[in-house]
Amino acid sequence: MTPITLTVNQKQVELDVPESRTLAELLRLDLGLTGTKIGCEEAECGICTVLVDGVPVDSCVYPAFRAQGREITTIEGLAPGNNLHPLQSSFIDHGAVQCGFCTPGLIMTSAALIDTNPNPTDQDIKTALKDTFCRCTGYTSVIQAIKSAAAEMRGEAPFPVQLPAVEEPERIVGHSVAPYGVRDKVTGAARFTDDYNFPHMLYARTLRSTYPHARVLRIDTSAARALDGVQAVLTHEDIPGENLHGLVRRDWPVLCGDVVRYTGDAVAVVAATTPEVAAAALDLIQVDYDLLPVVSDPEYARSPEAPDIHPAGNLLKHIKVRHGDVEQGFAEADVVVEREYRTPIIEHAFLEPECAIAVPAGVADHDKLTVYVGSQIPYQDREQIALALDMPADTVRVRGTLIGGGFGGKEDIAGQIHVALLARVTGHPVKMLYTRQESLVFHPKRHATIIRIKTGAKKDGHLVAVQAELYGDAGAYASLSDKVMTRATTHATGPYVVPHAKIDCYAMYTNNPPSGAFRGFGVTQSAFAVEQNMDILAGELGLDPVKFRRMNAQQVGATTATGQVLRESVGLIETIDDVRRDMQPENGDFRWAWREGNAAYGWGFASAYKNTGLGGGAPDRAEAEVEVFDDGSVEVRTSSADMGQGLAHVLAQCVAEELMLPYERVKVLLSDTDLTPDGGPTTASRQTFMSGNAARLAAIALREAFTRQAAEIMDVPPNELRYEEGLLRYNGQQVELGQLVGRMKQHGVSPRARYEYWAPETKPLGTGGDMHFAFSYATQAALVKVDLETGEVYVLKLISSTDVGRAINPLSLKGQIEGGIVMALGNCLTEAFIVEDGIPWTTALARYKIPSIKHVPEMITHLVEHRVNSGPYGAKGVGEIPSIATTPAICNAVYHATGVRIYSIPIDQDALLLALKRNQTEVHTAWPDVK
Amino acid sequence: MQLWNRYFLASSVDETLELLLQYDGQARIIAGGTDLLIEMREGHRPPQPVLVDITAIPALTTIEQDNDQIILGACVTHARITHSTALQKRATCLVESCGVVGGPQVRNVGTIGGNVAHALPAGDGTTSLVALDAEAEVVIDGERHWRPILELFQGPGVSLLDSTRDLLVRFRFQAHQPHEGSAFDRIMRPQGVALPILGCAVWVRLNADNSHYEAARICIAPVGPTPRRITAVENMLAGCPATEDTLEAAVALAQEVIKPRTSKYRATAPYRSEMVAVLLRRALPAAVERAKTTMPVTSQ
Repeated sequence: MTPITLTVNQKQVELDVPESRTLAELLRLDLGLTGTKIGCEEAECGICTVLVDGVPVDSCVYPAFRAQGREITTIEGLAPGNNLHPLQSSFIDHGAVQCGFCTPGLIMTSAALIDTNPNPTDQDIKTALKDTFCRCTGYTSVIQAIKSAAAEMRGEAPFPVQLPAVEEPERIVGHSVAPYGVRDKVTGAARFTDDYNFPHMLYARTLRSTYPHARVLRIDTSAARALDGVQAVLTHEDIPGENLHGLVRRDWPVLCGDVVRYTGDAVAVVAATTPEVAAAALDLIQVDYDLLPVVSDPEYARSPEAPDIHPAGNLLKHIKVRHGDVEQGFAEADVVVEREYRTPIIEHAFLEPECAIAVPAGVADHDKLTVYVGSQIPYQDREQIALALDMPADTVRVRGTLIGGGFGGKEDIAGQIHVALLARVTGHPVKMLYTRQESLVFHPKRHATIIRIKTGAKKDGHLVAVQAELYGDAGAYASLSDKVMTRATTHATGPYVVPHAKIDCYAMYTNNPPSGAFRGFGVTQSAFAVEQNMDILAGELGLDPVKFRRMNAQQVGATTATGQVLRESVGLIETIDDVRRDMQPENGDFRWAWREGNAAYGWGFASAYKNTGLGGGAPDRAEAEVEVFDDGSVEVRTSSADMGQGLAHVLAQCVAEELMLPYERVKVLLSDTDLTPDGGPTTASRQTFMSGNAARLAAIALREAFTRQAAEIMDVPPNELRYEEGLLRYNGQQVELGQLVGRMKQHGVSPRARYEYWAPETKPLGTGGDMHFAFSYATQAALVKVDLETGEVYVLKLISSTDVGRAINPLSLKGQIEGGIVMALGNCLTEAFIVEDGIPWTTALARYKIPSIKHVPEMITHLVEHRVNSGPYGAKGVGEIPSIATTPAICNAVYHATGVRIYSIPIDQDALLLALKRNQTEVHTAWPDVK
Repeated sequence: MQLWNRYFLASSVDETLELLLQYDGQARIIAGGTDLLIEMREGHRPPQPVLVDITAIPALTTIEQDNDQIILGACVTHARITHSTALQKRATCLVESCGVVGGPQVRNVGTIGGNVAHALPAGDGTTSLVALDAEAEVVIDGERHWRPILELFQGPGVSLLDSTRDLLVRFRFQAHQPHEGSAFDRIMRPQGVALPILGCAVWVRLNADNSHYEAARICIAPVGPTPRRITAVENMLAGCPATEDTLEAAVALAQEVIKPRTSKYRATAPYRSEMVAVLLRRALPAAVERAKTTMPVTSQ
């Protein structure tokens, strides 16, 4: 310990801390200023940005003792007292906050920019925020927020908020209310899992496999146990219950005892008094392995010579779609296009690495074993923890914290079971925070795929048949592969009427990291293939790609390839027309492509659809509870997760709408298995629909109860009572909701209502009938510029139109769409998680580039509202649909610009340029193929 | 993870050298640390018992212009170089190269000396210092010397300096005079590590009527394990008219003499060879144009 003096947020502080501290650690651990977040510890993501003497630095790689005598400003000190800095309020107003984990970093970097440049242009902002990442917003709202705040600070009027047009808003639904809890996210007060600490807490680390496939012969933990400060070292032998977890299929060991199947596999866990001791203990654990042959490719995995990774073989699932008679279909076709496409493993790169804390029963006011975690599925976490610990589920409590981005990557178990085990063994609270590097290696990803697809059409442009074969790399464990690859398969005709289809998909186990849920859920991959085949076909038929899609577009009455008749809410044609309209230049004729000097410009077009909800015959239910309190405030409760997408305000809006209350009067409690009913998994774009319905229907039930009570008090017919801002009125009489609460309690009537909402029934694949209860639709057009000297691809403009059923909150909806598009831009242009013979090469964020603010194109966002009868106010899912059409739209644009077709992503400028130089028209390699 | 135990914020060169001597190989110099700490964290370098921070040493953090010569402290940050109006006019390529390193957070901390000491074959700042024909003042075995910058590079990531014993103090190079100009450009890819596929710094001196090249210095990197000058092209340019034909002849010669290799997940050899041409066509004319407008130092 060494003394250090510095000024933090205008206060001089004197501390005695280890010299090994980084500035981020000093702020978070020694001063409790947890508004500064740590995302990577590699100076890549920039979200730990603080100001040192007014200048932005990455505090995670800034040695604390360099800050001796300097002046530090963190998010907590940006504005005096309870005031908000103009940037903080502007981020709220312009919808620039979603999960909130990166928000402090974005705001601090922006504050430094405005300080030196009071009137920044878009380009200035892109230069200054180049290395400050956000994975949710897509940055467009961030740019707007910064410019608006700068204007305000110059004494000018703030910028108007750019809202998409919506149809007939209700009183609250359809309005862009501020997201629930957003103020805490801009001030640094918002707490994510790692921001929680408990007395006598221990720190845990996981020992992971050294090899992608090996037999475990011996694990010797004695030296680690003997290390000073180590409180527990656990292996598979220490698991009292079931040593397998998994959301669909339990095939994933909590701790491996016999075989390891990928390099992220956990072999042992350690709890110690400090994170450093825990890390040191890992090095002392001896594991003897007997290496097994590695399966690193899904096609090889299906071959007879491939060794079996699991006892039942490598075929996780063969998924089939059979529709009409595909032979006859191709016989009728005048033009047939057959191509092969490849997509890589894609990483979620949520900016908050996984963290879990377990507090044992009887410690720090916890009456049962409690696990704090930012999880997309709290109830299934609880079930899986209880199973492994051999405890009844109701003796475990899972408390959801804020989630710093999920995108599907926080559905599987990470450290939840491990901390629960360690807490029970040690009797102490135990925190397990993954490093970024560990997060990359460990968690399930988007499936790499190989897609061979054959599409046939008649001369008049009507599609007649699709035949496809897909291989999905499921990695070492099942996770959600079955469901994900089913979605890839069933959506492989695209959102079109195709009378004959035969689609086979093989989800294969390999020794790569497991694949699971990721925004788009398989459809991102199949759309890349489908939508490029559509453009190729249009070219061969001599048809305009837009007209060709429009001609074949699903409409109400159409039948999908799984035999589902679409009875409502098919807004595809409107989305096509919206986008096409905006592609038209103000002057002159529309051109798909043109050249200026050494730049080739081109437009690309793509459409997509995506189911809402689990579907496929899975019982889909969500429960919510609404309670009114004496003071007239209301709380809505469900276990569903808000990972930044904004579920909390959707629920509050539904409840405020139905109880005719001001939005501000509704509180939201999420993700607590003791206090909130089960809303089901936050996946499959389902929560606005499912939990939204449950909350809305619970509120309606409660309103009816209140109406009955008030009618009795005032002695008037219930149907003549009017609700006004928390009051019930009749002819000059009035009673407040809060007053009614007391009356109801006196009469033994609970001022709360719980509603269990069941989605419309769906049918399994292969049975015909409705596989899904709703589909969302989207069309996107990308304008790209290709540098003909370097092959570099720039997306300049992206027009989208999305059929969301109904816009509950237009501003946050727009943010979700922009964020989904920018994430997909990464899928197409920048991202690939590289694994070499089962060994990840992508072991650091520095090796995995997600889109930064400089990649952001001009975005034009339209909403289409074809309501779904059963949806809340007509809404359907929107979480995934924005991410699906972007990649093929960009690739189609590159084709128009250059004449080169991209069959493998991410687009490799190297291969594209060489193809241009060599007059080749196809590129089948991507960045990972540069070797 | 704990990357170091002791951390000293040195206030002078002498104190630094004393600490290095005292810890006898256990202490290591840290400048900005934006490369060092990350390499340690990623396990590419072992944790270091002692770090000696040299960024607060006044003598190492100054930018001086002494008539024709610029002296640049090793711990001047990329941000300060980028914002220096003197350097913008007198060492344009260096400003351009430092301006594209990382984002503002890294440029505010990372130093030019750290860039050189890291000894990467294609450090952006390094490439420009080579084109500026800079010399580095180093302390090796307690002795101060001026060394040509290229002598510091022994292999990829291997420096002449042992950062547990030696110190890089400052750089010196000629400020641009009338008829002299420079430019830097690079080609990146949006995937993978943030290292240039190819970077190129060019310095030229034209004759009195700006019609001909008098001299040129060109550094294109990475084209080998260490940065180096493309002397064949430099020699060819001297005396040639500053025309399109000369540029194309330079491009052709450069593509002939430079044999870049394929590096995994960065670029193929044929692509790099194409980029040699692209970068020369961008940087050389830019340097020539600037040379035509450079004012005498005294008129500043």
